[in-house]
Amino acid sequence: MDLPAYLFLSLALFGIGAFGFLARRNAIMMLICIELMLNAVNLALVAFNAFDYGATNDAGAVFSLLIMAVAAAEATVGLALVIAIIRTRQTPEVDEYSDLKE
Amino acid sequence: MSAQPERRVSALDISIVLFVVLAVGVLGGGLAAVLLRNVIHSAVAMMFCFGALAGTYALLGAPIVAAAQVLIYLGAISVLILFAIMLTQAGDANLPAPFQRQAPVAALVALGIVFLVGWAIVSTDWPNATVVIAVDLNKLAAAIFNDYALPFEIVAFLLLAAIIGAIYLARRPEEDERAN
Repeated sequence: MDLPAYLFLSLALFGIGAFGFLARRNAIMMLICIELMLNAVNLALVAFNAFDYGATNDAGAVFSLLIMAVAAAEATVGLALVIAIIRTRQTPEVDEYSDLKE
Repeated sequence: MSAQPERRVSALDISIVLFVVLAVGVLGGGLAAVLLRNVIHSAVAMMFCFGALAGTYALLGAPIVAAAQVLIYLGAISVLILFAIMLTQAGDANLPAPFQRQAPVAALVALGIVFLVGWAIVSTDWPNATVVIAVDLNKLAAAIFNDYALPFEIVAFLLLAAIIGAIYLARRPEEDERAN
């Protein structure tokens, strides 16, 4: 397959993740959708690297590995935040967290 | 070098079949993760999607990225998310509606992003976009520890900060008082 096929796959996964992030009510589901979007970007980087677009020294593969580490850090802190807020508010639904609006 | 063209033709056919299978796995897993009502089912669908993505990385000639995907996403992040789900929603018999009221607007925004970037992909000329160049592991390792040594160290520090921050955030406040 050629590069645009991989880019379209990455784009479709990013769109799915973006829709889920905006539409789901559960805080943990929003984190899952962030992971989907990060994976879509990783796929695009690895595809650009594989088809040799300005990828000296396999920069795309290095970037995707670094992004995986940053995504792990993001998931750790994000899930800790979600657990802390669920413990105080007793619900994972994000539209219940509306105290600042009132 | 004379056997090179024939081998590439047959490898290309298999790669197309593999690409279609893996793309269906990635998109099906992603869609199921977003659309399923139960959060645990969503997390399992997300793991399926990540596994298919690891296969896609291997298909793109980057087996080291595929191995890291399996180790980090399938092994660590998925388990972390499953743990968080089991810690927070014990026995949800009556599941609430999964989507917000603004779901149609969200779908429009996502479709807008997909349309704009897809238009950019279609209207761009990709001259050398046919042959996959595999990642040379020795060169990659040398690049990480020479050219990208500073980002590597920064990521190590970031992970340490994330561990400490997560412990601090997820600790119960009353445990503090008991310790004193």
